[in-house]
Amino acid sequence: MFRRTLTALALVASPALAQETDLTIAIQLEPPHLDPTSAAAGAIDSVLYSNVFEGLTRFAADGSVEPALAEDWKISEDGTTYTFTLREGVSFHDGSDFTAEDVKFTLDRARAEDSVNAQKALFEGISEVNVVDPQTVEIVLSQPDGNFLFNLAWGDAVIVAEESIENIKSNPVGTGPFTFSEWVQGDRVELARNSDYWGEAPSLEAATIKFISDPTAAFAAMMAQDIDAFAGYPAPENLPQFEADPRFQVIVGSTEGETILAMNNAEEPFNDPEVREAVAHAIDRQAIIDGAMFGQGTPIGTHFAPHNPDYVNLTDLSPYDPEIARQLLADAGYEEGFSTTLKLPPPSYARRGGEIIAAQLREVGIETEITNLEWAQWLEEVFRGKDFGLTIVSHTEPFDIGIYARPDYYFSYDNPEFQELMATLTATTDPAERSSLVADAQRMISEDYVNAYLFQLAYPTVADARLRGLWENQPTQANPLAGVSWSE
Amino acid sequence: MLRYALNRLVSLGLSLIVASLVIFLVVEVAPGDPASFMLGINAQPDTVAALQAELGLDVPKWQRYLTWVGGMLTGDFGTSYTYRTPVSEMVADRLWISLPLALYALALSTALAFPAALYAASRRGRPGDMAVMGATQLGIAVPNFWFAMLLVLLFAINLGWFSAGGFPGWDDPLAAMKALTLPAIALALPQAAILARVMRSALIDIMAEDFMRTARAKGLTRSQTLWRHGVRNALIPVLTIIGLQFSFLLAGAIIIEQVFFLPGLGRLIFQAISQRDLIVVESVVMLLVFAVILVTFLTDLAYAAVDPRLRRRA
Repeated sequence: MFRRTLTALALVASPALAQETDLTIAIQLEPPHLDPTSAAAGAIDSVLYSNVFEGLTRFAADGSVEPALAEDWKISEDGTTYTFTLREGVSFHDGSDFTAEDVKFTLDRARAEDSVNAQKALFEGISEVNVVDPQTVEIVLSQPDGNFLFNLAWGDAVIVAEESIENIKSNPVGTGPFTFSEWVQGDRVELARNSDYWGEAPSLEAATIKFISDPTAAFAAMMAQDIDAFAGYPAPENLPQFEADPRFQVIVGSTEGETILAMNNAEEPFNDPEVREAVAHAIDRQAIIDGAMFGQGTPIGTHFAPHNPDYVNLTDLSPYDPEIARQLLADAGYEEGFSTTLKLPPPSYARRGGEIIAAQLREVGIETEITNLEWAQWLEEVFRGKDFGLTIVSHTEPFDIGIYARPDYYFSYDNPEFQELMATLTATTDPAERSSLVADAQRMISEDYVNAYLFQLAYPTVADARLRGLWENQPTQANPLAGVSWSE
Repeated sequence: MLRYALNRLVSLGLSLIVASLVIFLVVEVAPGDPASFMLGINAQPDTVAALQAELGLDVPKWQRYLTWVGGMLTGDFGTSYTYRTPVSEMVADRLWISLPLALYALALSTALAFPAALYAASRRGRPGDMAVMGATQLGIAVPNFWFAMLLVLLFAINLGWFSAGGFPGWDDPLAAMKALTLPAIALALPQAAILARVMRSALIDIMAEDFMRTARAKGLTRSQTLWRHGVRNALIPVLTIIGLQFSFLLAGAIIIEQVFFLPGLGRLIFQAISQRDLIVVESVVMLLVFAVILVTFLTDLAYAAVDPRLRRRA
C-alpha cells in the first residue's frame, strides 16, 4: 500500500519536472486587444512589453533606461537632434528585417493627426524623423527634451512594422524574445520562444499568460498550482498564507502608482490652500495602508515614486494631526466643517481606502458623501467633467509629475511657477541639474498641498518557490519573461 | 396547434422589438464614452475624437440604433469596440463553453431532481421525504457561487482532483468536460433543489386526483400509477421550471464563470460592461433575450404537446 502511494506521488510529481521550460503566469486584467500603440490599457503591456514588442530604448527592471533596438545614439550640441544607430541582424517575427524605415513608420504613425495613441503627447516634440540609411535614423525635435530617451522606452513607443500593422490587434508581430502564438479570448495568451532573437535567448520555451480577475479564483488557482505565478496578486490578505507555504515565494515590489486623495483645486472649499493643508493633516496614511491594503504600500508626501533615486521624502510636511487640521479649518473660516463629495473608482485601494478616509475626515468635521463609480463613469464625471470634491486614484504612469503643469488637468492646479519649472526641466539634459529641478518640483506641489499624497501602490507577486528572474518592481506595467527560469 | 404556434410566434416578435429598444436605451443612457475609456487619462482630446470617428461613435444615436438592428436582421452583430473582432465570432467562441455548461448543468439537475422527487412523493410525510425536503431547502438557501468556492476548496485545493478553474479547449473533450464538471455541479444543485420541490408537490397533487384512484382500482400498483399516470401529468409545472432554468443557466452563469475563470458568455458580458464595449453588451444581451424568448416559445409548444387541451384553447 505504502509503495503504491509512493508510485502515485511520483506520477503526480513528474509533470512538475517536465514543465521546467514552460511557465504559466496569471495577471488580473485581460488586454482589450494586442496593440500597445493604440490603447491605454496597462494589460496590453503586461502581456507584450519586452516579450513580443521592443522600442528603441526600454526600461530595465530597476527603472533605468537602457538601449534596446537602438544600439547607440548621439545627441547634437543643441539637444534637438538624436541620431540612433540601430542594432544589426534584427528581424520581426514574420521574418522581415527591422530597419530605419520601421522606426520612421512607427513614430510618424504615433504622431499623425488621426493617431489613436493614448500617449500621443510623448511624440509631440518630434518635428521630423529621417532615415539616413537602413541602420541609422535621425530624429529632430522642435526643442530640447531631457525626457526623450525615457519617452521612447514607453510601451506606447514600441516599434511596429507597416507590413503587419493591419492585424496587430489580434496578431502582434514584434522583434522581442517571444513570438505570439495564440489568444484564447477571455482565458489566455500563449507565447513561444523566438529562436532568432538578437539578444540572449530566453530559457523558457513557452509561456502562457492567463487572465484571472476574481481574487478568490486567483487564490484557488495559485493554491491548486494550476498556475506557476500570479503577477500583481489581487488579494493582499492572502499573502501571509503564501509566505508560510514552502511551495511558494512572495515578492513585494513597488510600482509607479502614486495613490492620491485628489482635491478639486478650482472649486470651493479646496481652492483655499489652508483647507487642502487641513485635509493633508487629517489623513493617517499608515492607517489607510494597514486597513485598505493589508499593510502593503509605502507612505508618500509628494507625487513621486519612492524607489526613484531623485525621490524626496516629504511626508513630514503633512504628519497626521487632527488638532492642526481642525485649527487650519477654523482659520479658513470652516469652524463648523463642511461637506463634500468623495467619488471612488472600482479598485480596492479606492473603495476600501475611501471608507477609511471618510471616517478620518469626519473626525475633523468634514462630511463626505461617497459615490462608487465604474471607470468609464469616473472618467466622464471626475476626470473630464471635473464634477467632484474629492476622489482617490492611483496615477500609474512613470514619471508623471508633469501633469501638475497642466492647469486643465482634472484637479485643476494652476501655478505658473510650477509650469515654468517643468518647462525648464524638459529643456535640461544634464542629469545633476535635472535631479535638483525634480526635487524642487516635488517640494513645490507638496508645500502647496495640491492633493493629499497617500502611498505608493505595492506590487505583490506570488510564485512557485523555484522560479527565478521575475520582475520585482513595475517601473512600467510589464512582465518581461526573457530572464525567467526554473531553478533545480 | 398551428394557430396556437402562430399566436406565440407573433408575441415572440413583438417582445424582441421592445427588448431591442429597451436594451439600446439603457446601455446608451448610462454615462461613459468607450473611446475615452480606452485611451485613459493621458489621452488628448483630438486623439479621443479620432478614435470615436474610427469606432463610428460620431453619428447620432437613432442612426446607430437603426444600423444595429438592421445589422442583426442580416446576422451582423457589429464589431466590438475594444477587441475589434465581429461580435458574432466572439459570441460563437464563448457559446462553445456556456452552452455545454448550461446543458451539462441542466442534465445534472434533472437527473438529481427526478429520482429525488419521485422518492419523496412516494414516501410523503415519512423520514425519507423529510430528508429530501431538508436537503432541497438547503440547496435553495445556499448561493451557487459560495457553493462553487467550497467545491474548489475541496476538490481542487485539498484533493487536487480538478483544476481550480480555466478551460483547456475542446481539443481534448474529456479534459474539457472535466473542466466543466465543478462549475456544472455548482450551477445544478440549487436548480435541482427547486425542481425537486416543484415536482414533488405536483406529484402529490396529482396523486389525490380521481383518475389516480381509478387507476389503482383497476389493479395497478402504487408505483405503476405513479409512473404511468402521475409523472406525465406532473410534467407541465416541471417543464415550466426547466424552461426557466435553462435561460437562467445560460444567462445566470456570470458569477460562476468568474469563480472558475471560464471564458464563457457571462465573462464576456462582464468584461464588456466594465470596458464600455457597448455594442458587445447590446448584442449579447439581445441574444440572451432571444434565447430566453425562444425557450419560452418552445416550452409553450411543449405544453401543447403534453396537454392536448391547450392546443384547442388557443
